[in-house]
Amino acid sequence: MHRYFKAKITGNTPLNEQFRLLTLIPLSEIEIPSPGQFYMLQASSALVPLLKRPFSIFEHQAGTLKFLYRIRGKGTSCLAGLGMDDTINVIGPLGNSYPEPQEDFIAVAGGIGIASLLPLLSRFKKKAYLFYGARNSDELVMLNEAKSLSKEVAITTDDGSEGQKGLITDVLRDFLNSSRITYHALQIYACGPMPMIKELSSICMNKGLRCYASFEEHMACGVGACHGCVIKVRRQNTEDRTQKWIYERVCKEGPVFDVREIVWE
Amino acid sequence: MGIKRTEDKIQKTPNLSVNIAGLKLKNPVMTASGTFGYGEEYSEFVDLNKLGAIVVKGLSLIPKDGNPTPRVVETPAGMLNAIGLQNVGIKAFIKGKLPFLRQFQTPVIANFFGDSIDEYVRAAGELSSADGIHALEMNISCPNKQAGWIVFGTDPKIMEQVIAAVRRTTALPLIVKLSPNVTDIGFMSKVAENSGADAISLINTITGMVVNIKERKPVLANITGGLSGPAIRPVAVRMVWEVYKSVRIPIIGMGGIMTANDALEFLIAGARAVAVGTANFVNPTATIEIIQGIERFLAEDGLSDINEIIGSLITGDLNHDMP
Repeated sequence: MHRYFKAKITGNTPLNEQFRLLTLIPLSEIEIPSPGQFYMLQASSALVPLLKRPFSIFEHQAGTLKFLYRIRGKGTSCLAGLGMDDTINVIGPLGNSYPEPQEDFIAVAGGIGIASLLPLLSRFKKKAYLFYGARNSDELVMLNEAKSLSKEVAITTDDGSEGQKGLITDVLRDFLNSSRITYHALQIYACGPMPMIKELSSICMNKGLRCYASFEEHMACGVGACHGCVIKVRRQNTEDRTQKWIYERVCKEGPVFDVREIVWE
Repeated sequence: MGIKRTEDKIQKTPNLSVNIAGLKLKNPVMTASGTFGYGEEYSEFVDLNKLGAIVVKGLSLIPKDGNPTPRVVETPAGMLNAIGLQNVGIKAFIKGKLPFLRQFQTPVIANFFGDSIDEYVRAAGELSSADGIHALEMNISCPNKQAGWIVFGTDPKIMEQVIAAVRRTTALPLIVKLSPNVTDIGFMSKVAENSGADAISLINTITGMVVNIKERKPVLANITGGLSGPAIRPVAVRMVWEVYKSVRIPIIGMGGIMTANDALEFLIAGARAVAVGTANFVNPTATIEIIQGIERFLAEDGLSDINEIIGSLITGDLNHDMP
């Protein structure tokens, strides 16, 4: 069982202009990933782009790995250019995973953040109140799948092209204030842009809720060696029990952190 | 020729072992400091027993937090980093990381740095008394707080002082890692040799910068960073060759080595060993593939010993005064 392996591409399907679903068949026996873990994918064997890129696992089923990605820069453009039967080098599964929800839970996805949360929705079917926000309806990918796996779904877009117009965190706040449910035992799972996570963090502080979010940083090695992808977290000093901040690696101690531990700049 | 080659192949596999200042390496391929963690991070991908040596991430007397993010950014055929030498500190390394490395039959080279001569000396002292460290590699590409934050390795006087002071502290083989950000690398290598270095490693990263044109801001939080990867390889090979002509002590060459052929360029230019850095990020088994590739190259060329190739560069009647 190896975490560095070759895989054959059996699908690289455009969902629309920006989003694709990559399907890989590993050519050797692999470790089974948990929701929240990620893989480093090598988009090209040329020297540009040089480094592998991190992608959350979207689905693992019957010996195949699926990754949902958005074409954004050189790495993802290159990945989009790969076709059926091309082989790529992969490292993974890497990092920690979302802790198991105790009961029903809240999932908050911002745009492509749905890629990281969908395996959780899939493993704990009909347990999630999903809050899914994006810039516009085109960016609400995998919406039907997400709906079918969730207990309830709230949608927002920045431009109002689907669901409510506005921020998903505002809708979540209203939901928590509505007293329609007793939310105190619910844990929140989140993946999305930094401002969304930061806003969630303040909502959770306010309501006394626990929130696990998956973080992103510029990454080089993916295995904890280079210390490129760090994030500032609060930790207790074991000697004098005082609080201090340290840099932890998103690729190793993360990518999932309890947002109460994050030191926001 | 064809017959000879066949005979050689039957005879035996070529000797890959080299000697660096009394340290015997089973092959000339080591890891570059900062790209291989403390060994453990890559131990599931690489049989650490197969490496020539393991050079650990740079250590300091006091643990260092490192720089704010972004710390890394990809560049054409390379990457820029400003990690800020984040590390657990020498005490925690010896207690928490070194026992793991002691299980292997591979020499451990401790890379270290300081921001004053005193700190270098104390760091070298602590590392030298630890069990399981076989050589020291001194990173002199950091600023000196007692001399207006001038980088030790760019000022020959300060460089001489700090190397000489560390030399008096340790009996371990002392490798000095040179900064490429100087005008005359040959001269600097001579200074290192005369100050007591047992070996020279080069090159450290080349200072660089990337700008986000939309925001008109540097991409790295530290503004500048160190460039590594294949983009810097020709610079590194040239510098190894210049140092080879200047000093008698062994050279460890590095800078953008991705394949065995890349490593061979350094060996031919005069390096007795090489270090693999950024390539580990791209391919975690790069070191092993490079060792195998070097062995194959020697066998195919009918050579029985790696040492036959070291410094074997043929330049002809080159007039050095010409540009």
